[in-house]
Amino acid sequence: MEEAAEIALTVNGETVSARVEARRHLVDFLRLDLGLTGSRLGCEHGVCGACTVRVDGAIVRGCLMLAVQADGADVWTIEGLSDAGEIAGLQDAFVARNALQCGYCTPGMLLTAAEMLKAGRRMTRPEIREFLSGNFCRCTGYHAIVDAIEAVMAERFRD
Amino acid sequence: MKAPRFSYVRPESLDSVLELLAEHEGEARILAGGQSLMPTLNMRLSEPRLLIDINRIDALKGISLEDGTVRIGALARHAEVLESPLAAEHLPLIADAMPHVAHVAVRNRGTFGGSIALADPAAELPACAVALNASFVLASTRGRRTVPARSFFHGLYETELAEDELLVEARIPAIAPGYRSAFMEFARRHGDFALAGVCCHARVEGCVLRDVSLACFGGEDRPRFAAAASAAAEGRAWSEEVKDAVKAALGGELEPEGTFHASAETRVHLAQVLAARAVDRMLAAG
Ligand SMILES: Cc1cc2nc3c(=O)[nH]c(=O)nc-3n(C[C@H](O)[C@H](O)[C@H](O)COP(=O)(O)OP(=O)(O)OC[C@H]3O[C@@H](n4cnc5c(N)ncnc54)[C@H](O)[C@@H]3O)c2cc1C
Ligand code: FES
Ligand code: FES
Repeated sequence: MEEAAEIALTVNGETVSARVEARRHLVDFLRLDLGLTGSRLGCEHGVCGACTVRVDGAIVRGCLMLAVQADGADVWTIEGLSDAGEIAGLQDAFVARNALQCGYCTPGMLLTAAEMLKAGRRMTRPEIREFLSGNFCRCTGYHAIVDAIEAVMAERFRD
Repeated sequence: MKAPRFSYVRPESLDSVLELLAEHEGEARILAGGQSLMPTLNMRLSEPRLLIDINRIDALKGISLEDGTVRIGALARHAEVLESPLAAEHLPLIADAMPHVAHVAVRNRGTFGGSIALADPAAELPACAVALNASFVLASTRGRRTVPARSFFHGLYETELAEDELLVEARIPAIAPGYRSAFMEFARRHGDFALAGVCCHARVEGCVLRDVSLACFGGEDRPRFAAAASAAAEGRAWSEEVKDAVKAALGGELEPEGTFHASAETRVHLAQVLAARAVDRMLAAG
């Protein structure tokens, strides 16, 4: 029972071990301890989705998970998914459709969109909007973002 | 903001969770999905000395069916229940409600037991449990007990759980032949907590409802089994007249608080409209 603990996990495919304070949440660990500043903090209470990261294959709110809880986990951030090329199609579509302005929400949007693609089918616009309902964008609005995701689905999942 | 300092422990067995709860009574908090607890820590609305992380306790996981009762482990994630074929077949009310619970990333971590233990009055799952007459198994070093959902919720974030108790699982009667259910809510944005919602469950014979169970949530301090409205629909063929009787009964028994999101009258009105639509939908499903 301590206020700090040793953890070992993989981040973007690389093994990492560290001693972290129990109260440190996953995104502060990624940003402040590992220098991975692609994951953002907006509200820090679960509402905005800027902190979205992938843990053991599923997206989570990085601000609502403690770093100590990620002990043994497989964590992927926007940096790793970009380098691996997994989301290149989505990134191109976001640029082509002007689906970002300041870019603050974009990593979270892209991780959520990547999770959507895992369903392996084209979704309707209302379905895309519903899936994105946990991610806020304060400048672009959602229309262009939905356009970009819809375009990638149309390209990837031809019926 | 950042969470205050606390100690953290991740026990490997149920017994050690219960021992830790007993030893640190009042100063420890259970950490399940963290989707409600972490925001309160980050905002410093709560400052526990110790967090007991139950995420690796296998005894609290899983969904299973035994003798007509579905057991949902406290640690079953919302996403797991949403995708469970067993829940879809035997608990259609909960399957119907689950897409309304938060957003994908939150459902990937949030747990069934966490939602019940939190007892947010606008939450979907406590209301479903009340409508379906579920019960909850609570454990402590003093022993185990089973508490009906209809007496578990005491008020705003207040439940029957003692400070040294852990919610282990929910036991929910599987839907019986001839029964149908419907879930409806009104929220400002998809995945937000509801301004008003209803859960309806009954045996349907043609257009006659029997063994009616209507539960409402979202306006009052806890989910309510709407006894008068359920009785108003009991054994009668669904008609405009019965619909009005159900609405009038709801108007009599609901006592919601008005907030800046919706006045008390608006919430009662929403519950009335949703209840009538839920029954319409239940009958149409046949
Ligand atoms: C943006 C956002 C939107 C949301 N929208 C909704 C919504 O629309 N509807 C809805 O219902 N919920 C919503 N939630 C809440 C979500 O469903 C939570 O997951 C849930 O309410 C709590 O579950 P948890 O597992 O995360 O619990 P935690 O946050 O870990 O715990 C919550 C509380 O319950 C206690 N606790 C947890 N498990 C147990 C147990 N087994 N025994 C005893 N005590 C326990 C904890 O100590 C704590 O006090 C939302 C959350 C967020 C962040
Ligand atoms: S920073 Fe995590 S949801 Fe806003
Ligand atoms: S692009 Fe600025 S918040 Fe979305």
